[in-house]
This record gives sequence, structure tokens and C-alpha cells, in this order.
Amino acid sequence: MSADAIESAGERRRTGWGARLVILIPALWLTVLFLVPFLIVLKISLSQSIVAQPPYTPVLDLADGFQGVREFSAGLSFENYALLASDSLYVTSYLRSLSIAGLSTLILLLIGYPIAYGIARTSRRAQLILVAAIVMPFLTAFLIRIYAWVNILQREGLLNDALLALGLIREPLVWLSTDTAIYIGIVYSYLPFMVLPLYASLEKLDETLLEAAADLGCPQWKAFWLVTVPLSLPGVLAGVLLCFIPIAGEFVIPDLLGGSGSTMIGQTLWTEFFSNKDWPVASALAVVLLIILLAPIVAYQHLQLRELAPDHAQAKDGVR
Amino acid sequence: MRRGPSPINIPAVALGLAFLYLPIAILVIYSFNASRLVTVWGGWSTRWYVALLDDSAMLQAAWTSLRIGFLSATVATVLGTLAAVALVRGGRFRGRLAFSGLVYAPLVMPEIIIGLALLLLFVAVDVDRGFWTVTVAHSTVTMCFVTVIVQSRLLSFDMSLEEAAMDLGCPPLKAFLTVTLPLIYPAVAAGWMLAFTLSLDDLVIASFTTGPGSTTLPIRIYSEVRLGVKPEINAISTIMIMMVALGVIAAAWVAKHNEVARARIVQ
Repeated sequence: MSADAIESAGERRRTGWGARLVILIPALWLTVLFLVPFLIVLKISLSQSIVAQPPYTPVLDLADGFQGVREFSAGLSFENYALLASDSLYVTSYLRSLSIAGLSTLILLLIGYPIAYGIARTSRRAQLILVAAIVMPFLTAFLIRIYAWVNILQREGLLNDALLALGLIREPLVWLSTDTAIYIGIVYSYLPFMVLPLYASLEKLDETLLEAAADLGCPQWKAFWLVTVPLSLPGVLAGVLLCFIPIAGEFVIPDLLGGSGSTMIGQTLWTEFFSNKDWPVASALAVVLLIILLAPIVAYQHLQLRELAPDHAQAKDGVR
Repeated sequence: MRRGPSPINIPAVALGLAFLYLPIAILVIYSFNASRLVTVWGGWSTRWYVALLDDSAMLQAAWTSLRIGFLSATVATVLGTLAAVALVRGGRFRGRLAFSGLVYAPLVMPEIIIGLALLLLFVAVDVDRGFWTVTVAHSTVTMCFVTVIVQSRLLSFDMSLEEAAMDLGCPPLKAFLTVTLPLIYPAVAAGWMLAFTLSLDDLVIASFTTGPGSTTLPIRIYSEVRLGVKPEINAISTIMIMMVALGVIAAAWVAKHNEVARARIVQ
């Protein structure tokens, strides 16, 4: 209690107009351009598609006052959600997105862990250079990096050339427009997102713990399993969430590298919106995707809060 | 932990880096290919770069993208830095949890949802879509990345410096601008750069929020790539990669130069 009082006295000094504006400006910006748009998506997902501009009904007209609001709410329905549940196209699309996101996140973890571990064990100077080397490709255009793989994976591409030259295959294989190509593209694009959080937690690991384990006769592989892996779990969780959530909504990678058969939910939403011009169904697809991803998103936010403001997180837990 | 890499670690890191860089290297090399067939090597040539100069639609799109990137990165840096200051210095203001949720959500939210949501907002308030709507959309998404970068720098920042200035009668805004900002500016600059490259790179959000006449470079490239691999695309991709590489090298040089200068002052 007394500690709180001292702290708030210190803070009060700066709680003037300026301090309030510092919070208000970004808060207002994000409310209007991030929060409100989601409410609009929710509203339109309950509307019907019509051929008009804008292509949905009912449109809320506040000029009509109470009558307008009543007509508006009478026009809302859950029809689009019923459609999503009944049409197997949409259900398969969601399942496909989740399974691709799950499997590729697992592959990313298996590839990313040895890399992060290797980087964390080099010298300080080498660590800085290697981390920069991992981040650099992330700064070069994403679309271009996916496109680079189209070059490599096509039938007359370099991968087939290389495999033929090595004598590993006799006939050129089909790589492009397959699920394998999607996985390659995803792992390629998201690798930095997995390696960086893993590295951050492995780098902090206290070396003396491993020495203690070795002194007590623990074999190296066992010490790795019993000491290193458990202590790196926050990094694992951060990496997994940072990859899984955006991959589930991925559009560009499956569209450029995948086949035309079954689609991920991002592609389905894109088609509903741009080709079929069915804004209400596209909105309903977005709402359901958001609901599915809500738990991982909240988990990720919780991690971020802890990571970036440890003192606040502890204080909050203390109060609770 | 620093016990020197074991025999398994070096190949893991080397393979990882090769995996990350090989496709980019191949792309760059093939942009100098004289042959129109993308898969056949026909000797070195710069013909696709020359061809690019005649592609006015592509140049127009690149110019639009650069302007949007510059503007949105600047807006995002101002907003993102404000948000970072609010989160680190604001103490336990009411709604802090909601505020931080609002700031971190766009980091992982699938782009396709953000794009759709922003488009529906722009339609609802009936603004003409084009240059400005894309700029506003990009500012909104990229400001959150700026916040994370600046916030982590502010957390390790020695607050007593700013407090000393204020104790000596310096108003808070002036203390922030003259004491804190010069010390955290590498993080602010890094935030701007990241915002700029993210904006230059974005296809999905731009596709939703743009209108006729404001085609950005990724939208243009995407529509070409869908039709197949083209050597001109390799050329423009190489130019973009070189721009980013130069930017990163410049940023690293400035940071290093700064460090040396500061070390000299301290001595």
C-alpha cells in the first residue's frame, strides 16, 4: 500500500495534459482504425448480399432515428453463418488452414531450434552478425521471396535441374502447385519469426546450470533435455504463436505456390470478396477465423505483456 | 550460455542461412540472364533492367509505393513512439490492459482480416479509396511494430537522465525531445525502416484498401507473377533487394559511428 502511494506520487508529477495526449492520440487512432472496423465486419457478416453499392443490406441509416435502427436490426440475420456451417467447402477450408498451420509450425520449430541453439552458443560478436543475417531476408520483400521459389520449383526449375544432375531422379518431379511447395514457402518465410524468440530465450540461459548438471554426472544430452529445453519453453511458445496465427490466415503463399484444388481460408475469403463480391459471406468468414484464432492471439498478448513490461506484470499478479 | 558451438551446431546454422539466402541469390543472378527463358542461362546481360525503364506502369506503381511507404512510415513512427512512451512511462493508467491489447493485436492478426475490416470502414464512412486510404491502413498496422521496437529500448533506458532534466526545471516535452529522443533515436530509426519496408512489401492490405489509379508495386508484381515467371520481375526484385541491403548497411554504419562517437565523449 505504502509502496503504491510512493509510486503514484512519483507518477502524478507527470500526469499533465501532455502525458494524457501521449496515450490518447495512439489510443484514438487504433480505436477508430482497428477496433471499430471489426465491429463493422461483425455487422456486415449479419447482413445480406445484394447487387448494389455497397453490396449488402440493411445499411444503418442513423438519420432515420429510432425507426432506422429498428428496421436495421430487423434486417440482420445469421444466414451467412448457417451457410458456412452447411457448405463443406468452407469447413474443409478452415480445417485445411489449421492443419497446414499446425504442421508447418512444427516443422519450423524442429528446424528453428537447432539454428537458434547454434547461434546462442557462438561468441557475442558472432551472435550479433548471425542474428542480423537471419533478420535481413525478412526485410527484403516477402512477395519477391515467394516469387523466387516459383523460379526454383517450376518443372524446368533449378531444383529439378539439380536433382537430375545429381542423378537422384530420372524424370523432373512436379513441385510447384503442390502442398510440398506451400510448406517450403511457409517455412522459408516464417523461419526468422521462429528463430528470433527461440534465440532470445536460449541466449539468456544460465551456463552455470549446465555446468552444475555436468558436475553432478548428468550426460550432455540429458542435461539438454532436462535443463535447456524446459528453460527455453517461453521462447518456444512465443515462436509457435508468432508463426501459427498468421500462417492460418496466409493468402499469398498458397496462392502462388499451391495448387488450384483445395484452398486455405485466406484464399476462400479473398475469392468471396474479390471474385464473388459477396461481402457478407467474406465478413462471416473473417469473424469465424478470428474466433478460432482468439485463444492463441490472447495467449500471445499475454506473453508480450510479460516480455516487454516484466515489472508491470509482476505488480499485477501481486495485486491479484 | 557461451560454451562454443558443438559439431552439430555449425552445420545447422550454415544450412539455415543457405536456405534463407540461396533463393534470393538465384533470383539476383537470373535477373542478369540474357535469355528470355527464365530457366536457361544465356550469358550476362542488363537487358531486363533496360526493359524495366520502358515499363511505365511498373515505374508508376513503384513511385506510388515509395510515397505511401515514406508517408505511412513517418506517421507510424510518430504514433508508435507515442504508444511506446505511454506503455513504458504511463504507469498504471486506466485502460492500460485494453490499450496494450490494441497495440499488440495487429502484430499477429492475419492481414486478410485487417484488410477486409479497414475496407469496410472506408466504405462505411464513404471515402474515396486510393493513395490516402492505403497510407492510413499501412500507418495503422506498422505503428505497432514501431511500438515494440521503441518500447524495448525505452525499458532499458536510464530514466534518471530525463528526471534530472525535469528536476532542473526542464518541461517534460522538452526533456523528452532533448534528452530521451537523441538517446533512443537508433530504435526510432530502426522502427521507421521496418515500417517503410513492411509498407513497401504489403500486398494483401493494399489490395483491399486501394482504389482505381493507385496501384502499388506489390499489387502490380502480383498480377504479373500470377501469369508466370518473367525476367523483368527478377530485375525489379533485384533493385528492391539492393535498396533494402543498402539501407540496412547504412543503418548499421550510422549505429556503429554513433557508438564510436559516444565512446569518445565518455573517454
